[in-house]
Amino acid sequence: MRNQTATQLLFEMSKAGRGTIVFPETDVPPVTSIPAIDAEHLATELLPLPEIAEPDVVRHFVNLSTLNMSVDSHFYPLGSCTMKYNPKRHERLARLPQAATSHPYQPEDQIQGLLSILFEMQGMLAEISGLPGISLHPAAGAQGEFTALLTAAAYFKDRGEKRTRVLFPTSAHGTNPASAALAGFECVQLAGGRNGFVDLDELKSQLDDRTAVFMVTNPNTLGLFERDIAKVADMLHGVGGLVYIDGANMNAILGKTRPGDFGGDMMHYNVHKTFTGPHGAGGPGAGPIAVRDFLAPFLPAPVVKYDAAKNWYSLSTPAKSIGQVRTFFGNVGILLRGYFYIRTLGGKGLREASENAVLNANYLLSQVKDFLEVPHGDRCMHEFVASARRIKEQTGVTTMDIAKRLLDYGFHAPTVYFPLVVEEAMMIEPTETESLETLDSFATALRTICSEPADLVKGAPHTTAVCRPDEVNAARKPVLCWSAPEC
Amino acid sequence: MPYLFDTPKQRQHMLHAIGIQHVDDLFAQIPPELQLKRELNLPPAASELALQQEMEQRLGQGGTSLKTCFLGGGVYDHFIPAVVDEITSRGEFYTAYTPYQAEASQGTLQAFYEYQTLISQLTGMDVSNASLYEGGTAVSEAVFMAMRINGRHQKVAVAGTLHPEYRQVLETYFARLGTQLVELPHTNGVITSETCRAAVDSETTAIVIQHPNFFGCLEDVAALTAIAHEAGALSILAFDAVSPGLLKKPADYGVDIAVAEGQPLGTPLQYGGPFLGIFTCRNEYVRKMPGRLIGKTTDRKGRDCFALNLQAREQHIRRDKATSNICTNQGLLALRTTVFLATVGPRGLKQMATLSHQKARYAADLLTKIPGVSLKFQQPFFREFLLQTPRPAAEVLTALAEKGMNVGPDLARFQMTNIDNWQNCFLVALTEKRTRGEIEAFAKALKEVT
Repeated sequence: MRNQTATQLLFEMSKAGRGTIVFPETDVPPVTSIPAIDAEHLATELLPLPEIAEPDVVRHFVNLSTLNMSVDSHFYPLGSCTMKYNPKRHERLARLPQAATSHPYQPEDQIQGLLSILFEMQGMLAEISGLPGISLHPAAGAQGEFTALLTAAAYFKDRGEKRTRVLFPTSAHGTNPASAALAGFECVQLAGGRNGFVDLDELKSQLDDRTAVFMVTNPNTLGLFERDIAKVADMLHGVGGLVYIDGANMNAILGKTRPGDFGGDMMHYNVHKTFTGPHGAGGPGAGPIAVRDFLAPFLPAPVVKYDAAKNWYSLSTPAKSIGQVRTFFGNVGILLRGYFYIRTLGGKGLREASENAVLNANYLLSQVKDFLEVPHGDRCMHEFVASARRIKEQTGVTTMDIAKRLLDYGFHAPTVYFPLVVEEAMMIEPTETESLETLDSFATALRTICSEPADLVKGAPHTTAVCRPDEVNAARKPVLCWSAPEC
Repeated sequence: MPYLFDTPKQRQHMLHAIGIQHVDDLFAQIPPELQLKRELNLPPAASELALQQEMEQRLGQGGTSLKTCFLGGGVYDHFIPAVVDEITSRGEFYTAYTPYQAEASQGTLQAFYEYQTLISQLTGMDVSNASLYEGGTAVSEAVFMAMRINGRHQKVAVAGTLHPEYRQVLETYFARLGTQLVELPHTNGVITSETCRAAVDSETTAIVIQHPNFFGCLEDVAALTAIAHEAGALSILAFDAVSPGLLKKPADYGVDIAVAEGQPLGTPLQYGGPFLGIFTCRNEYVRKMPGRLIGKTTDRKGRDCFALNLQAREQHIRRDKATSNICTNQGLLALRTTVFLATVGPRGLKQMATLSHQKARYAADLLTKIPGVSLKFQQPFFREFLLQTPRPAAEVLTALAEKGMNVGPDLARFQMTNIDNWQNCFLVALTEKRTRGEIEAFAKALKEVT
């Protein structure tokens, strides 16, 4: 039950002088042989952090948690994010001592178990992608993109080629152009075909010896499998370029087709999406990448290798490595959860998970298409993009209004206004871990909302603790930090 | 087994509603020649029980429980109150996503606003974002930000006392862009004003310094910052997240951007990740900042609430013109940090920092009484110091591990040839968790192996 005082800030609960956590008294004697810190470096007063008793800290955060929607509590059909069930067994396994408390500089002989698992994970991701070179190093999908682009750049440089342009369709995730820009490439955006697929003629007109990489999400952000992907790959390879597959939508195709088999040269996985590493209210993720054999020597360091003769796992640096893109090995805690997931499902289970994800999405599509426009046909992969364009024209109710109204019905909103190629877009991804009953009740809610009085929907949400924060004024005069009231 | 719910009858109903006979019909979108005609070659599905038993075998032993941990190098074995794990284990937090729908995410949003405030209080800096990936990328993102601020792209002055992995990440990020990384060589473990003045000029976008630095020594941050400012460069400081419990705050030195590895404030070691990058700056630069920011605002009914703010900087709006390609923050780790700081409070953090410092001094005192063993730099330190022994460090560390203590890292790991006798040097780090008995056992063991 919601506690109405839950929204008091930590800082408003603080009382100066309240005894908080107490560490043991020091058990070592003072020493004089070691140079002392100069007074100029020492703090002169106590930090202005809040002082709160532990029971109040607990109550504060427990109450805050009740203000969230989450996969554990609600259907969360956030397109492109794969908000599937996060198995509890993974949480317990990730707390095993070697997984949770190994220091990144701990000697290799003490972490053979962990390294062996990371080595197996490399092999499993290679098999699932059909691409043999794996780096578990990148911290998240966006960093995976960036890392793969640096890997490609190093490969071209090694070949003495000067390739400066990265291409992507308008439907691409925003991270694609942002990563390409960060890696020092020129970004070229393709308008794309009207039917939602890459326009081969347009692509052809942009390809030349400056082309480095074409970045494409497949299935794409409209939830469609790029049926000409093999031709796209041939065209890129024909001019000496590479194909990058944004793996955000891998949940649709596990065991059904593989990026390496449809022409991809590099890709990233989002372990927090496809392999159930929890989303953590916005991270952490893990963004391992998979590449073709000729790109593997350029992968970042470190990778895990295995010496069968000595039965020994160790870290190693690929021959022409681009170096590190972050500190230490990678987001091991998330990678392990992905490993546990793959181990629990096996090859057949992964394929069945994808089949059910696609089945659920198509079923939901069949249940909403009579009252909601779905511009790109009545078949999809694991997600589809509906549009409230018609409703907006007729009643003024927008996608945002419908999204907010869904919250009143106890459903998290879909991804809205993305991809950019669909007006009033509503990107719906149910995932495989939702039952028919849940899908039906969501479809019913959506249908009801579409026939509700416009004022009611435009005023939504009505049942949440707050309603439509003023983001425009907030950006004009940002308040990003609490400050003590002047008295 | 996949986590499936539907009965065969329900599946039939779904297929019928879609208008197909079999699930495979849905995959007809994939050209047949591209479809995988076999099952993925993966280990067979394991039950929860079998996997639990296997993982207990493979991961049940080890980590810091195996040996006494004197390891440092930017990641530290600090105490984590039980409250942190309890709160962050709540599914309402860890199974939510990015708070795009503010009404459905006030819990997360308020916690991140509190995180930003706590980090501002910790550092004295005006603004904190809601976190980046980890300390190393935070340093590189800070340099990008400095370039956006002063438009200088040619040179970055990087302290030779910076964490070598931070330095390596900088090299990876900037190698392709033609930016020159000018190393500021150290003198007796610290950067002098003269060295800095000689290296910084009107083409330098920023100086990057670490304090306490990688060797544990304290830098004259205020003086180095003043030199940067005279040349129109920014001052970027990588600080130790626990150090403000004892030492001055980053803002006290006048720096423009302060970043840190956030791991020591409540995040377990996890073999290096996930961690979080603390990222703070002066108010005037907030619109140039990378990463997510949460702001306080009001809703339609005038109620106080929280929402993502200044999103126009971010990749999902600005695409290739964004301030960074980063899509997420390290949400759950930011929550851990928030709960940690709320639980320990200013007095707890002071105790942590003070105890770590006292124990480090005691350890250094005992260790340097061993013949041939000395502090590499005769400098004050916070909780970590560089030790030199008569034997190669790699041998010494292996011998110490056999005696039950993990120490290091050694400089050979990073090929830090800018230190004389680097093969014989390694770091020793102390936290409040180490006891007098453990420290004395360490000294005894080192004496035996040198």
